[in-house]
Amino acid sequence: MYRSGTALQFLFFKYFGLYHKLLYVCVSKPADMKKLMSIRLLVISLLFSPSLLAQVTIKGVVKDNRNNPVVGASISLKDSYDGTTTDTAGRYSFKTSEKGAQVLLVTAISYKSWEQPVKLESGVLTIDVVLKQEISELTAVVLSAGTFEASDRKRAAAVLDPIDIVTTASANGDITQALKTLPGAQQVGESEGLFVRGGTAGETKTFIDGTLVNNFFFSSVPNIAQFGRFSPFIFKGTVFSTGGYSALYGQALSAALILESIDLPEQSSANLGLSVIGGSAGYQHLSKNKKSSFGASYSYTNLAPAFTIIKQRQDYSTVPYYHNADANFRVKTSKTGILKYYGYFSNNKLAFTVNSIDSIGYLDRFALANTNHFHNLSWKENLQGKWKINAGLSYSNNKDDIRSGMQTLAGNDILLTYLEAKTFKLDMKGDYFNAKLVLEKKFKGMSGIRFGSEYNYSKDRSVYTGYNGQEYPGKFRETVAAAFAEGDMYATNDLALKGGLRLEHSAQLSKVNLAPRFSLAYKTGKGSQASLAYGVFYQNPERRYLPSLQPLSFMKATHYILQYQKVLNQQSFRTEIFYKKYDNLVKTGHNGFTEAALNNDGFGEAKGIEFFWRDKRTIKNFDYWVSYSFLDTKRDFLNFPTAITPSFAAKHTGSLVMKKFVQKVKTNFNLSYTYSSGRPYYNIRYDGAAYAFTDRGTIPDFHNVSFALNFLPSVGKKDAKSFAVYVLQVSNIFNIRQTYGYQYSYNGLRKEAIVPTSRMFVYIGAFISFGVDRTDDVINSGL
Amino acid sequence: MLFILAAMLLQPAFSQSEKYVGAMKKNIAAIDSALSKNEFGSLTDIAAGFERIGDAEKTQWLPFYYAAYCRITLAFVKNEVSENDIIADKVDELIAKAAALEKNNSELSLLKAMNTSLRMLVNPMQRWMEFGPKMQQYSQDAMTQDPSNPRPYWFNGVSLKNTPVEFGGGCGNAKPLLDKALELYAGFTPASELHPNWGKQVCEKEAAGCK
Repeated sequence: MYRSGTALQFLFFKYFGLYHKLLYVCVSKPADMKKLMSIRLLVISLLFSPSLLAQVTIKGVVKDNRNNPVVGASISLKDSYDGTTTDTAGRYSFKTSEKGAQVLLVTAISYKSWEQPVKLESGVLTIDVVLKQEISELTAVVLSAGTFEASDRKRAAAVLDPIDIVTTASANGDITQALKTLPGAQQVGESEGLFVRGGTAGETKTFIDGTLVNNFFFSSVPNIAQFGRFSPFIFKGTVFSTGGYSALYGQALSAALILESIDLPEQSSANLGLSVIGGSAGYQHLSKNKKSSFGASYSYTNLAPAFTIIKQRQDYSTVPYYHNADANFRVKTSKTGILKYYGYFSNNKLAFTVNSIDSIGYLDRFALANTNHFHNLSWKENLQGKWKINAGLSYSNNKDDIRSGMQTLAGNDILLTYLEAKTFKLDMKGDYFNAKLVLEKKFKGMSGIRFGSEYNYSKDRSVYTGYNGQEYPGKFRETVAAAFAEGDMYATNDLALKGGLRLEHSAQLSKVNLAPRFSLAYKTGKGSQASLAYGVFYQNPERRYLPSLQPLSFMKATHYILQYQKVLNQQSFRTEIFYKKYDNLVKTGHNGFTEAALNNDGFGEAKGIEFFWRDKRTIKNFDYWVSYSFLDTKRDFLNFPTAITPSFAAKHTGSLVMKKFVQKVKTNFNLSYTYSSGRPYYNIRYDGAAYAFTDRGTIPDFHNVSFALNFLPSVGKKDAKSFAVYVLQVSNIFNIRQTYGYQYSYNGLRKEAIVPTSRMFVYIGAFISFGVDRTDDVINSGL
Repeated sequence: MLFILAAMLLQPAFSQSEKYVGAMKKNIAAIDSALSKNEFGSLTDIAAGFERIGDAEKTQWLPFYYAAYCRITLAFVKNEVSENDIIADKVDELIAKAAALEKNNSELSLLKAMNTSLRMLVNPMQRWMEFGPKMQQYSQDAMTQDPSNPRPYWFNGVSLKNTPVEFGGGCGNAKPLLDKALELYAGFTPASELHPNWGKQVCEKEAAGCK
């Protein structure tokens, strides 16, 4: 569902731009030719006309360092009018009456200028020139292996825009849902997170303005995937790396989601939102001198109205509700520097019962109350001598209170023999502090070095209270400190290399790891490039299986990625082949009471090929992309009896995303289809001696078609004081039965499909923005 | 005759100035010819010619103005938006050279507006937020710096004319601007024969198409 707090109008102003098509035909009126030239001057010019004097012809060919002709290069004799431009073969030839020592100057767009002293006497002078390319962001090859980038940077090779994140129909305004339409990520619906290339959701880490985010998603609920906490509108840049990422990031075996928050808004504005599931309000103030801004917003979401219409599988005693509030300030500390703060608070609750799979005629009850704070402060500044500093601090606090138990159909709590363990209370509290400092020095032609350090501290406390009132307190502290260094080298516009090293120390494991990273990109032609990436990645064992019986070590993954991409004229194609090797994965065993980490003897591998095609060109105002991933993976970790394809990995995954704006009706139509072939499922049980399969199979193929339309009645209305957006969104429009997996009863005798909470979901909402200045200008809600 | 010859030889400054005027006129005429014959490709050569004049003269802003104008015009005609950023960087360089010699000039502000439009067209949906307001600002500057300059009105008028009615464009909104531009064109006299004096014909055509 949509969080009603999202300020949709942000993106619709962007559509405005699309229709600002300037068909530009220009005919210059001949300047009134006064008969300025008198006969007198005419005679002089005839007498002194260069053609009458001995002239020198200078000619030659201008090529680049790949021996290709440089077309349209300008050739001139310095400080004279004489010169010409090269033709399509790079040839030039011109006559001059200048004499003696002169300087021949050659310039061309995207090339370094070239000059050479020449001595002009008479006759023909042949000078061939080789120009070196100017290395710049616009023309240089991009180190893109394993990476999807959606940012506002002027990059030739970008295949996604930030706006794509919020206009994908199946995304429902959620960042990770949108990323699931790209190759590499799985269509896992029973739990939240990004399952990338055979990795678990825990192997993907999220970073905001450089620092780690600990609770990116709302707290887990059994078999119901949760949304991300943060609105996509607070980010201007998204980098989704499905492997081989930079040494600046660590503690993620599979993937990194790197988000960059927006800078100052374009103007002050206020927002109101109303939908079938809640309301929101916000205000954003930009100072008069446009050097600072502050803002705050609040939203309340309650699913009760929706759940009365759309039947849910669960029977809710507390229908999910969310109070979300955020606040921000941004201050320009200099021409190039900015200090940003973003603070977030959320309080949400839910409680439901479902028919118990363990004992017919009884109910399972589950309740969750969550409170979360998140504070992020970041500073970036250009220092003297092409140095740059990026610093970030973040603190978050998360509190989850979980209540579980069984009930009679009448709704009374009950303890059933052998099922006592289903009745418990679990109270968890976490404090997380993350800091990061990166120093960067740029050299000529985009090359540069970066180095710095990162510090991640976490303190988790939990109290588990059993059915008999027995309390089991738990405490877990961890400090991971890291230092990293990385260098980019652009040999030419066509060849770029990046090498990095990351050193990490974990206090909990009292171990150190050193991870090398490397990537290379080579331009193969106009708009096309090939790139490769290699990297070693380490991650601490997952907390929930700790403490372990024996000392553990880091888990390890090694990535090899080969990519080819071509981006030309609003069309993008990319394909990637990857191989990923897992070592030292954590194996769990049964300690007689519960499942706990045993050793680092787990292993695995994943390999596959992925395709992505996007076309904005063929049909006017119509944009679509197709992605396909093939994945072949097996692993032996946790309680797996042998190496198997895990239940979160489908062999084939595909998406088709379509976007069309119909200007006559001022409406944007978005449609998306996602497919995933049947994933395997297993029931693995402890038989008193070892974990063994008691059942296994394959779930049916998964299909989902989602549709969204956004109606913008106030577009183009002059002097409108407000701007409204109406949203209609339907998930799974064809009401297709979707199965995410199976769950088993305690005794393993019964199994039940894990399905979405409802087959279809409909969302209707309205958002109004009040520009404090002129609405014709752009509103950047930032809320 | 000899006297004149002697005067010419003794006064290099005078002769250079004549040389400048002559070269500029020739190049300005070349723009007209290229546009009327649809030989847009030659605009690159003409732009380079203007730039050579500007670099050699060092104190004249008009050569850089025309060099920028030719490159912008060619980019709009070619409409290969993926190249616009690279061209716009070059144009910015030329405008900066001109602006260093001629402050607060309405014609240069208009070129800035047009160049910003080039950048925006690379990815309008994504870039409107950033470049839309800048473009408005530049054309507003152009109007304030010289209220008698018809070209900013022409530019805004044509932009609006090509914007769908649903988005606040169309003839209804564009006509007043185009009429205003025509009115200004009628009374416009360039500061010299080398100063910008273009756009009237196309403006008449655009206005005629809006009846």
